[in-house]
Amino acid sequence: MQINLNGRMKTVAGEINLKNLIEQFCLDTRHVIAQVNGSTIKNPQWKGHWLKTGDSVELIHFVGGG
Amino acid sequence: MMETIEPSISDRPLKIAGKEFSNRFLLGTGKFKNKKDLQDAIAASGTQIVTVALRRIDLERHEENILEYIPKDVTLLINTSGARNAREAVAIAHLARDSGYGDWIKIEVINDSKYLLPDNEETVKATEILAKEGFTILPYMYPDLYTARALVKANAATVMPLGSLIGSHQGLQTREFIQILVDEIAVPIIVDAGLGAPSHAAEAMELGAAGVLANTAIASALHPAAIAKAFSLAVEGGRLAYLSKMAKSLPQANASSPLTGFLFEATENF
Repeated sequence: MQINLNGRMKTVAGEINLKNLIEQFCLDTRHVIAQVNGSTIKNPQWKGHWLKTGDSVELIHFVGGG
Repeated sequence: MMETIEPSISDRPLKIAGKEFSNRFLLGTGKFKNKKDLQDAIAASGTQIVTVALRRIDLERHEENILEYIPKDVTLLINTSGARNAREAVAIAHLARDSGYGDWIKIEVINDSKYLLPDNEETVKATEILAKEGFTILPYMYPDLYTARALVKANAATVMPLGSLIGSHQGLQTREFIQILVDEIAVPIIVDAGLGAPSHAAEAMELGAAGVLANTAIASALHPAAIAKAFSLAVEGGRLAYLSKMAKSLPQANASSPLTGFLFEATENF
C-alpha cells in the first residue's frame, strides 16, 4: 500500500493502523502530532485508525523556534 | 560591611490573559547548539515563557523532542512560523491546540524572505479569528500604531513589536515607534526580534516595555546560560529604571555639583 508520509511516497506492507505507522517511523512517539488527509487524529485514536492507500499522513512535532 | 537597602518601589507581575509572571524575559528556543545549552539558558535566566515552533518530523534524522527539555512550569508560547498568511497561521494554531500543549499562540506571519518582516495586515486577520476561538494571542508585528490598535480591538493579549530585523542584533532601531506603542496601547508591549545585547533589552524596558523576548543572541553566544542570565538581569534593571521615573535626556549640560562656593574663586578685597 502506498501512502504519502510527510510529503514522500512510502510503501507499507499490508494493512497498517496509524499507531503502527508512527512506531515504525518515529524513534520517540511521545509528543507526535498526526494528521491524516488534513485532519488531526489524537493519540488515543491512532490504534483504531486504519490507513488506506493514497492517504496523506503528516507527522509533526515541536522544535526550537523564536 | 554596609547593608544594602532594597528600593521601596514594588513592581506588579506581568499579567497576560490572567496568568502572572514575575520574570519579564521571554526566551526563544531556536538555534541552540544542543539541548543542554537550552536547558541551562532556561534555568539561568529564570524565564517563565518560552517560544517553540511546529515542524514536520524529519523521519531520517530522528531528532530529539524539544519538549523534554522545557520544565513543566514554563508556559509554552507556540509560534506560527512558516505561516505566509492569516489562513496558514490559523491552521498552525489549530494544530497547536490539537496537540494538547496549550493555546498560547505567537502569531508570526511572514511572506518576505529577504527582510523577514511581519505582515501586519494578515497578523490582524489571524488575531481576529483566533482570539474569537478562545486562543491567547501574542502577535508579532512591525511597530505601527494603527495595527496595534486593531490588534487590541481583536483581543490580542499583548502586542509584540520588533526592535529590528530578526536575528540582526541591531537593537532598538524602532525605538521611537515602540515608545508610541508603550504610551498609547493598553495591553503589555513585549519587544521581540533584533535584540543582540543585554543593553538593548534594558533600553526596551527603560522605555516602558512590559517584557522582552530574545533568541538568537542567546543561542549563538559561546556561553548561552551566561548571556541568558545577563539578559534577564538587564530586563530587571531596565524595569526598575522605568519604575524609578528616571530623568529624561536634555540638550544642554547640567552640573551635578553645586555651582557656588568654589575653593579658588576670587575673594573680595581684604
